[in-house]
Amino acid sequence: MHPLFHRKAYFAAYLGAWMLLAIALAALMRLPGTLQWREALILAAPLCFFNAFVCLAPWYVCRHIPLRADNTAKLLLNHLGAAVIASALWVGMARLLAQFLDLGPRIVPEIPLLAVVALLLYSLSVALHYMLLAIEASREAQIQARDAELRALKAQINPHFLFNSLNSITALIATDPMRAREMCIRLGDFLRNTLGLGERESISWKEELQLARTYLDVEQVRYGARLRVEMNVDEACADCLVPPLVLQPLIENAVKHGIATLVDGGTIKVEGHLNGGFLEVSVENGFDPDCPSPRRNGLGLRNVRGRLETRFGPEAMLSARATQNQFRAEMVFPCEKRI
Amino acid sequence: MRAIIVDDEELARQLLVEYLREIGGVEVIAECANGFEAVKAISESKPGIVFLDVQMPKLDGFEVLELIDTAGIAVIFVTAYDQYAMRAFDANAVDYLLKPFSMDRLRKTLDRVRQRAGDSGKSQVPATGSSGAALSSVELAAAARPPGQPLSRIVVKDGTKVHIIPLAKLDYVEAQDDYVALHSEKKSYLKQQTISALEAQLDPNRFVRIHRSYIVNIERIARIEPYTKDSRVAVLNDGTQLPVSRSGNARLQTLLGEAR
Repeated sequence: MHPLFHRKAYFAAYLGAWMLLAIALAALMRLPGTLQWREALILAAPLCFFNAFVCLAPWYVCRHIPLRADNTAKLLLNHLGAAVIASALWVGMARLLAQFLDLGPRIVPEIPLLAVVALLLYSLSVALHYMLLAIEASREAQIQARDAELRALKAQINPHFLFNSLNSITALIATDPMRAREMCIRLGDFLRNTLGLGERESISWKEELQLARTYLDVEQVRYGARLRVEMNVDEACADCLVPPLVLQPLIENAVKHGIATLVDGGTIKVEGHLNGGFLEVSVENGFDPDCPSPRRNGLGLRNVRGRLETRFGPEAMLSARATQNQFRAEMVFPCEKRI
Repeated sequence: MRAIIVDDEELARQLLVEYLREIGGVEVIAECANGFEAVKAISESKPGIVFLDVQMPKLDGFEVLELIDTAGIAVIFVTAYDQYAMRAFDANAVDYLLKPFSMDRLRKTLDRVRQRAGDSGKSQVPATGSSGAALSSVELAAAARPPGQPLSRIVVKDGTKVHIIPLAKLDYVEAQDDYVALHSEKKSYLKQQTISALEAQLDPNRFVRIHRSYIVNIERIARIEPYTKDSRVAVLNDGTQLPVSRSGNARLQTLLGEAR
């Protein structure tokens, strides 16, 4: 359904505008000098009423043919074809009405005028519909960006991570004071680094990676030998700019839904490569397939996907798949660098 | 008193051992790093206290609680979850400690456990629910579980073996007195739980109580056939026929109607 049909008031205003156009059209039709005002109006009013509905049709076409440089031919062909059909319909209808009104040959000089006006009106409608769709898309993107930001801020410090780390420190204080001290320092580093991130639009991939390393260092103390980490990251991507905390949720998921479900633990493999101007990142971990994955699992991924989308648009991609007992998340996005 | 510590983190176990040694009067007889080990150790050695972590590999703390006989055992959940996620309930058989906790907090908890053990030694009062009847471990676990999370799988103990039935593989449930028979992949498992209690834990959009004694996974229903004037049978994909009562049929129709 066309969005105009959702609100009666909008639709009424739209029809009203067309009636104003009918008066303008009648004035135009008076120009050749063959028609009376009354006759011109009687012709123009039903024609415009009819066209009001014809000009809603582009909405369906515009949604299926997005405005992109790579499909110019398809765009022109479709819309021009439709415009010609709309114009022919209009002329045909005008002839019928003229017959009905007994205008005889006096309608003939109006035909080229009507054909051109119909073409123009239809094209204008196509343009307006693309504008409508663009406004809708940008509003949607704004809402998503705000939501994603909000969720990101909330997700920054997971309280369970903090409580569990404090519990580990409590245990270490008696048995291994040096390690307790070390863990306090790492935890401090992690908290300090996450603290200012909410205000920054982007950080370097190196910083993001460092954050993940500090996080994993803290978790390492908690999980001991159960948590193994392999990092294989190109130096070349160090300067790429990324939205803050774009990797962190994937790492947290790998620990919480992967390593924590396994009696003997497992390995988290992090890869980062630069490929043709794109940063390709993957996080892979083992998990227990018998362990039900809670619904919250999807939240971190959704959050990252939303943020990548608002930042890079269709150029960014995030995918996740689970095979038998391995989970793998991959993201690809353009590597932007500070100028 | 004898205690078993269940936690997948070595440091967390170590801390409890250290605190308990300091406080005295409690002997740690076993430390378990996952749910399976815990169920086995608890059934074999019947401790007086179990310290139970919530998030663990294999079985979580609530599932462990379901599978053990809690008579005479004080269960203390040890978790980093905040107290709002941990459900407060009137049955005093379960307590909880929030990580990180102090030695004082543990001492108070132990005092309470001892006091209760003394009381029940005198008058034999087991944990009771609102109805006044003794709570089974399954009911206890259901009460302890944080609300608002429908079950995603069912655990059943069969002798020393623990079976995990994912709900996607559960075909139908049949009431047998105080037990339910869970039918999954041509096998059937008995669990001590009433069918109404189980019904309350299942996702009402996937499982329907079609009869006083039957709950069915709606994805398994092939068709509904008339049986007598007043009743119908549900034929499952594998040919099994289950009776459908009149109110069961009404529930089924509402659900299928909504899905369409």
